[in-house]
Amino acid sequence: MIQSRSAREVIFLLSSKIVNHTLLALFLSLILAACGGSPSQPEARTLTVYAAASLTDAFTEMGSAFEASHPGVTLVFNFGGSQNLRTQIEQGAPADVFASANAKEMEALVALDLVAPDAPRVFLTNQLVVILPKNNPAGIASLEDLSKSGLKLVLAADEVPAGKYARQILENLGALYGADYSDKVLANVVSNEDNIRQAVTKVQLGEADASIVYISDAVAVPELQKIEIPADMNVIAGYPIAVLAESANSDLANEFIDYVLSSEGGATLRKWGFTPVGP
Amino acid sequence: MSQLRKSFFHSKLSPVLEWLFILPSLLLLALLALPVLALLWRAGADGMFLFITQPSAMAALRLSLVTSTFSVLIAIATGTPLAFVLARRKFLGKTVLELLIDLPIVLPPSVAGIALLIAFGRQGVFGTAFNSLGITLPFTTTAVVLAQTFVSAPLFVRAARIGFAEIDHQIVEAAYVEGSNEWQLFRFLMFPLAGRAILSGAILAWTRAIGEFGATILFAGNLEGVTQTMPLAIYLGLERSLNIALALSTVLVFVSFLLLLITRRLENHKNRSANR
Repeated sequence: MIQSRSAREVIFLLSSKIVNHTLLALFLSLILAACGGSPSQPEARTLTVYAAASLTDAFTEMGSAFEASHPGVTLVFNFGGSQNLRTQIEQGAPADVFASANAKEMEALVALDLVAPDAPRVFLTNQLVVILPKNNPAGIASLEDLSKSGLKLVLAADEVPAGKYARQILENLGALYGADYSDKVLANVVSNEDNIRQAVTKVQLGEADASIVYISDAVAVPELQKIEIPADMNVIAGYPIAVLAESANSDLANEFIDYVLSSEGGATLRKWGFTPVGP
Repeated sequence: MSQLRKSFFHSKLSPVLEWLFILPSLLLLALLALPVLALLWRAGADGMFLFITQPSAMAALRLSLVTSTFSVLIAIATGTPLAFVLARRKFLGKTVLELLIDLPIVLPPSVAGIALLIAFGRQGVFGTAFNSLGITLPFTTTAVVLAQTFVSAPLFVRAARIGFAEIDHQIVEAAYVEGSNEWQLFRFLMFPLAGRAILSGAILAWTRAIGEFGATILFAGNLEGVTQTMPLAIYLGLERSLNIALALSTVLVFVSFLLLLITRRLENHKNRSANR
């Protein structure tokens, strides 16, 4: 009994010490947080850019260049399916710039007054291409082969801009390969991915036999085999970019957009397989 | 002595100290409860719950029920023997083995998904062998079941192992002396005695399987009626139709609550019978 009481005392002492220390630490961190209100470096600014997944490589490279020429500025990117990013912005995500892979998602934000009507500017065009794993396990040799039954095809979901473009192209190709071509190809789809890069990865891993992705995606993963889509059957995807109406850094945001539209930005876009609209 | 301690432990603290404990508790309770309440309110107030009858919602619901049931059955059929061995036998490397079995419980589901893809994908480390037999796993309903089993079976094994370990050895010895053979000991004595733990483990595993998301989307992909379970339909449906996402979320909240209630009742019953 004596033993149990002393054990209790020890535990009580220990726990009270821990509690006291925790409270002290909390108190101190509150004071520190209150003092931290005035930043030591007034120039430190963060620009948050929401961009279509297909822009991942090009924008990451442009971001580094922009940071280098703007000391104190940090760029934070959120790459994803444009429809996904649009939903996040609608729900109040703190973005400064939005670059979409189609006009639809941008127009949705304009309709909600989240983007000023005259703000969006189309800064590049992109086209699509069929990609195959490097060893082409299904032996696909032509666009027509995509309708052979038993293939494992992965597309971006219908809600994703690239997925919508791909389905549009399949409709267009019906003129060459018969009215049921699109249905036959879509019957081979084994997964509708949330953004285009997920589809690229599934082909790159060899898990899927083919996908229809942006030419720029195929540039980013050079080991993939490609089948070109005839120009008159292809879709020209215009990417708009805009500063968000509620951006706290609209000046900096516009500077970044100007950089994307500049000849230097255009060179980076071209390097990654896009067709820049600017100079 | 124990009476005294208990009454001290359950007594109120001084008013100031009392609020020092209550206020942070309320903050956390608000964080835990408000999102779920808001979800139910939106789903109920706007009649969004009715969207559960949409074909794509029904397809996701049906697929989730079928795949999670299969996952739990696999967990029971293979996990019970494993738990029994782990509870009864001591061997070299047992601790490491138990850690490995528990690992998927704490592993991020996306890691589980990539690991499954690298192992059993068509070009995977073991997948190429399956492929030569004409079996491809990714993008199939089987892949959904595998992903769910991978993340949920460890919960079952853990619960069943503890259930078997808690059985009073003297009872087993007595039955053995009375002439029961080893199969009879397992089938009519130890399995029923651990039954409650096995059942609550199975329900926990089922809850986890129904909620599986990350491993499924990476390993099994997303196709309505084939691999698009409820969590996938919620995530991807958010962009298409908030209504369907809300309706499915409501179903998942209720199902999870119900399953949790059942496990709690099972555990309470066990504690009561243990105290008797």
